[in-house]
Amino acid sequence: MGMGISLALTVALILVAWAGAAAGLQVVLGTVIPYLAGLTFLGGLIWRVVRWARAPVPFRIPTTCGQQKSLPWIRYAAVDNPATTLGVVARVALEVLLFRSLLRNSRFELREGPKLVYFWEKWLWVAGLAFHWSLFVILTRHLRFFTQPVPAFVGWLEGADGFFQVWLSALYLTDVVVLVAVTYLFLRRVLIPQVRYVSLPADYFPLFLIMGIAGSGVLMRYFFRVDVTAVKELALGLVTFRPVLPAGLSALFYVHLFLVSVLLVYFPFSKLVHMAGIFLSPTRNLANTNRERRHINPWNYPVKVHTYEEYEEEFRKHMIAAGIPVERAGPSAQVGIPAEKEGQ
Amino acid sequence: MSAPKPQELLKVSHRPPRTGWMDTPVEFRKGTWCYPGKPKSLEVLDLPFPRQWSPEDEDWKLPPNWKEIVLEGLRERLHRFRSLQIFMDACVRCGACADKCHFFIGSGDPKNMPVLRAELLRSVYRREFTTAGKLLGRMVGARDLDERVLKEWFYYFFQCTECRRCSVFCPFGIDTAEITIIARELLNLLGLNIDWIATPIANCYRTGNHLGLLPHAFKDMVDFCVDEIQNVTGVGIEPTFNRKGAEILFVAPSGDVFADPGIYTFMGYLMLFHAIGLDYTLSTYASEGGNFGLFTSHEVMKRLNAKIYAEAKRLGVKWIIGGECGHMWRVLHQYMDTMNGPADSLEEPVSPITGTKFENARSTRMVHICEFTADLIRHGKLKLDPSRNDHLVVTFHDSCNPSRAMGLLDEPRYIIRNVCRHFYDMPENTIREYTFCCGSGAGLGPDENLEMRLRGGLPRANAVKYVREKYGVNTLACICAIDRAALPPLMDYWVPGVGVAGVHELVGNALILPDEGERTTDLRGNPLPQPAGAGAGNGDPGGAGAAPRREA
Repeated sequence: MGMGISLALTVALILVAWAGAAAGLQVVLGTVIPYLAGLTFLGGLIWRVVRWARAPVPFRIPTTCGQQKSLPWIRYAAVDNPATTLGVVARVALEVLLFRSLLRNSRFELREGPKLVYFWEKWLWVAGLAFHWSLFVILTRHLRFFTQPVPAFVGWLEGADGFFQVWLSALYLTDVVVLVAVTYLFLRRVLIPQVRYVSLPADYFPLFLIMGIAGSGVLMRYFFRVDVTAVKELALGLVTFRPVLPAGLSALFYVHLFLVSVLLVYFPFSKLVHMAGIFLSPTRNLANTNRERRHINPWNYPVKVHTYEEYEEEFRKHMIAAGIPVERAGPSAQVGIPAEKEGQ
Repeated sequence: MSAPKPQELLKVSHRPPRTGWMDTPVEFRKGTWCYPGKPKSLEVLDLPFPRQWSPEDEDWKLPPNWKEIVLEGLRERLHRFRSLQIFMDACVRCGACADKCHFFIGSGDPKNMPVLRAELLRSVYRREFTTAGKLLGRMVGARDLDERVLKEWFYYFFQCTECRRCSVFCPFGIDTAEITIIARELLNLLGLNIDWIATPIANCYRTGNHLGLLPHAFKDMVDFCVDEIQNVTGVGIEPTFNRKGAEILFVAPSGDVFADPGIYTFMGYLMLFHAIGLDYTLSTYASEGGNFGLFTSHEVMKRLNAKIYAEAKRLGVKWIIGGECGHMWRVLHQYMDTMNGPADSLEEPVSPITGTKFENARSTRMVHICEFTADLIRHGKLKLDPSRNDHLVVTFHDSCNPSRAMGLLDEPRYIIRNVCRHFYDMPENTIREYTFCCGSGAGLGPDENLEMRLRGGLPRANAVKYVREKYGVNTLACICAIDRAALPPLMDYWVPGVGVAGVHELVGNALILPDEGERTTDLRGNPLPQPAGAGAGNGDPGGAGAAPRREA
């Protein structure tokens, strides 16, 4: 059900953009909405990260994934159980760049016997990595539209990415990879019963949105060629705050731009913020130096405790009888403790 | 204690039901939940709303403004814990955690998938604290807090052992233990705790230990261990209690002085300290290293933990050694110094025997006994006869907390390899940071919860079964008092013939005391293997007689 709603919503968004372009609302689709989306994205993301960052980290709670640093002759896991800032940086970097934790993924089967067996489940890791890295490369390639002159690295990236030629233009590997990966991520969400069970409309929606964005992009590049000079004119206008609306941009282009705008708006208010979340995750970005350096909790407040004096006051008679040293000898005025243990 | 037969219990389907999780109400089935906390116990700690109630009842006798209390509690905690905010916002429901939970593997209940366990709380968070949730409701996985939801929380947050295994696999490091800890705090605001936690914390507050042993009874239990040591070794040991001026305070989980097989571990501690002539004392006031406050709230944790530093200061010791216990070490390692430090009255720990500075404990000033013992062995300070453990074919269960909230993995293995000659690790994805919970941690150990404990313990037991069949393993070593209580019934059920022993019990068996007579039995009174094999010595791991350590 969740999937249907999300699909319908995505299709509706495409139709809205198409109709808007047909109705001559280019100003809205090409200027107003992208600006609003950009603002919402930036503002929303800043708001979100500030909100996170403002909340304190009262305790140092790294999840340790290897041997601790203890005795000098025991080799410790410097990255998976870091004891230095460098180790923490490496750990977070591995998470961000290579999805270290996801690489551990396994799958179990309960067989006759009984026997539990575990398999290394690498495909989520492969697809996740392929998906995110492709998106990143594609995004970087899009700098061509927003910069003048175009930075050299964009050219290099295009060269590397467009290794294969199709007809007369380069076929970007990442275009293919992102479509395959997003399809895989979608299929596993639908086909693995447990994952389908936990999936919300909010999980399908960004997948469809990204399919729409990548699909429209691919169509524009390989099938219904868009006037790239006009695209660049519009993009440069937007980033230099001198918006122009070049003629000759197809409805397909506005669909693409509109879906990107929707994604930008959606981003800060949805699970897509996981990108920023990983940097701040206290189980990953803290060193396991708990006993070496005291961690301060800013809201550490005094609590009511049962002091030794109170304890001795209550049990003095028993302690003396058992030969356990006490602070104040001599029987206390108050006795009368139930002698039985309160076992459980 | 009655549970279905293993073959019955194994009829587990991992396919989710047809109804969506928000539309599947919780069912309190006997054997899968724990009795609620007794009002008397809640009163000891002034915890709110003590009352008689039962999860099976329709009416939980909640205060009229209960919803307000919970939502206000959640708001407050969102401001206090960045972890909570991020764990509420960042999950993408990729499902990598789904089958990492021992309770999901053993029960097939989809709400035991860590992702769904967290969604139980997240759904309310979204509804109340996010714009999208307020506007779009179910579309974004938001739902109102009502009594059904609250009951679900009680059932499933007391069906998580806070073992953190899922957190190892989560690409964002989302830690269900943290979510469970905070959800339990919220439940406790309404007086919703379980008795296996509430009564131990009340006992611990008043008497110094979970079991409620009064000072003289605590001493009696220790004296019993002393007598047993004398019977086995002929050596008289005289531990001291509450002695001022001792160099070291030793704090063990109280389960070790109280119950079989923990007492053998406790004997091991005493023998070790005697063998090296350590100047230490026990305390009846700080007679508990464990801390079920961790399973109640951060505040109760702090209230119970406070007595360790207070007692160390009162007695004027230099530093502290802690015994073998899992969750105890999570508190000592990750919380104690922050909550109740700085430990200014203490000194940086230095082993009086080897001179080793425990730099990793420079601030907290509390050293794990496995770190201490491994250092002793490394420096050749212990005379060991590992052949006395030849009747034991040993594997090692990494306790959740020392593994995933500390990283104490190789110290106990080093000790075992030096005191035993037949040691085999379980398969790699079931040990170290991938270790499986005993199924009874975080206060979930009562008998009325036996079915769930056996289900949750299945993955651990199954890995033991593997090494039992492959290498003839008959002993499951561990460094946790809860394990020593929970694993024996688990083994009897799934892998009969495997005993459970603390690492320091094995040390006690192998340790040659300076003045001992000839031993004919191990600490449990089992006859020693004949003939006694290789003589004393500090075999390095991999030394003479060491068995293959790792299977493929």
